[in-house]
Amino acid sequence: MLDLAKYSSIGAALKDAMSRFADEVCLMEADREREKERLTYREFNSRALPLARAMQDAGFAGSDRASIIMTNQSKWLISAFAIFYAGGILVPLDYKLTPVEQWQLLQHSGARILVTEYPIWRQLSASPGRATAANIQAVLVTEAPPNADLAGAKRWEAQLQKEGRSNAAPAFVPRERKDIASIVYSSGTGGRPKGCAMTHENYLEQCVALTSLYPFWPGVRYLSILPTNHAIDFMVGFFGPFTCGACVVHLRTLRPEFVRDAFTRYKITYVSLVPLVLKNLQKGLEARFAELPRGKRKFFNFLVSVNKALTKSQPRLWLSRRLLKQVHAGFGGELRAIIVGGAFTEPQTLQFFYDLGIPVANGYGLTEAGTAITVNDLKPFRADTVGKPLPGMEVKIVDPSEDGVGEVYVRSKTVMSGYLNEPELTAEAIVDGWLRTGDLGKFDAQGHLHLSGRKKNMIVTEEGKNIYPEDIEAAFESLPVKEFCVFAANFIWPRRSMVGEQLIIVIRLENGQAFSEQLKQDIIQRNNRLLNYKRIHSIVFHDEDFPRTASLKIKRNELAERLAKLDRDRVILPL
Amino acid sequence: MPTLEQTTQEVLNLATTHFKLSPGALSPEDDFFKKLGIDSLQTLELLSRIENHFGIELPDYEVQGVSDFKTLAERIQSRL
Repeated sequence: MLDLAKYSSIGAALKDAMSRFADEVCLMEADREREKERLTYREFNSRALPLARAMQDAGFAGSDRASIIMTNQSKWLISAFAIFYAGGILVPLDYKLTPVEQWQLLQHSGARILVTEYPIWRQLSASPGRATAANIQAVLVTEAPPNADLAGAKRWEAQLQKEGRSNAAPAFVPRERKDIASIVYSSGTGGRPKGCAMTHENYLEQCVALTSLYPFWPGVRYLSILPTNHAIDFMVGFFGPFTCGACVVHLRTLRPEFVRDAFTRYKITYVSLVPLVLKNLQKGLEARFAELPRGKRKFFNFLVSVNKALTKSQPRLWLSRRLLKQVHAGFGGELRAIIVGGAFTEPQTLQFFYDLGIPVANGYGLTEAGTAITVNDLKPFRADTVGKPLPGMEVKIVDPSEDGVGEVYVRSKTVMSGYLNEPELTAEAIVDGWLRTGDLGKFDAQGHLHLSGRKKNMIVTEEGKNIYPEDIEAAFESLPVKEFCVFAANFIWPRRSMVGEQLIIVIRLENGQAFSEQLKQDIIQRNNRLLNYKRIHSIVFHDEDFPRTASLKIKRNELAERLAKLDRDRVILPL
Repeated sequence: MPTLEQTTQEVLNLATTHFKLSPGALSPEDDFFKKLGIDSLQTLELLSRIENHFGIELPDYEVQGVSDFKTLAERIQSRL
């Protein structure tokens, strides 16, 4: 691994990785059973540098911003390196957002260049949102069919050719550790997008901390499934492996059968998953174990219990792989750990995999803190906690109640410099150098963190999506009622739980207005237009006017306090 | 080549069988996430079944954001 303490930027570290690991394979890309691409670091470099040159020829200067909206694939990482090489600031956006949402964030980020894929661009270019982001001066589109209408964009692949660009090598633009490396949107496509301004230091420090527990080296193969715009995949599916000479495997389709096949085909070492997928994997395995003939099942369960006893104090991969050979063979035989993140994972799922000899790197983090704050160090494995703080992380519990539960605060070199263009939000989030996470938890005697709910008005779905109620409200605009407000149910009625979180809409009807079938259908239709994970689950009727500020904004906290006095189970009406 | 109506009906039949529903339980405008109470992963499994049935490949980007049977049938139809 490179000694990251010596580097001042992501670009500088990646640049050295290209020469240090030149002949190692850094990328593999498959579409279903067809392998499309296999690149060494040298080949990767030879594609990224012409792209950086073409961007510079087009006037892209150090500290300019460039956005990537792509599915997980080789060109994502090649483009990102080109941006960092040219000293730029990367704005990675979620390809699953709607075109209107993507344009909003593109506008908010101030990006000059957009790099995207043709199917995404087809939708983006036709969206009325395009007019809002006049800051985008150039669009590079990958994989466009030969006669495609590019709607003003340029072909990404053409940038790599010599025609039309200067022959000179691109200028490497150095950056300082404190400079902004990327703007990562943790949430907010509504009124106030939260763009976390992450510094080069944030990434360099996080990489050192994470790889101290879960190391990469040449030969390690990481299967990239979580979107690369997500902080976790950016770290463990790009920067981490690349600074260690490891290899990243991309799949162009995420159908379960092709993902399963990839484990054995590419002998995967690590993979990151969201809890929903991990749970699904568990269900599939349990169903297969249940189908075993009685005698075999008994023997299998015996082997699992032996493995459990022998790995109690620490994982013993070689032993587990021998004892439970077929299970491990199904995962390719080289899997060292499954990294799970993005949302809370239930302990019994974690334990299920550990008992099979597959450690799950369970942790806790948020984009604002730079990927991970705590991670299970496997010394020994604990399914009931989110692990201990990573090296370099200071974590404290503020205002604990009698049972020790309070708000989790974090101080570290990995904490973002602030929210882009939002000094007020930044001042609320970072107080005297401590990041207020809005999550509730406590430490046990062994120094493990236990999470037990949220203080903030938001939910995290099992798919790892952060949903802020304010962002949902636009879907219900001009609903024919006196007023309404969307909340996370647990924000009003706190529950010591991180699972099954739900959104509710609080409605104040007009005087004399009844809750008609027509109104109900109106709510249902609007709700159905939202992406499935953003939908509200229930309605609460409130028969008093909402408290409002002088500028007529709803005082959410005050309204929540008022509602908290009501009996949750009685007032919530499922939609 | 089948008509869009025929394709839509075949998709509905496949979903009905896949999720073990009674015949006629689904209609073209139904939102499959809501109606079937399924998550994105279960939808992917249904897609694989649909692909095998029609002998086509539906790239992930073609079905991104699709949540009702009618739109899904249109995407399939364009690839037949």
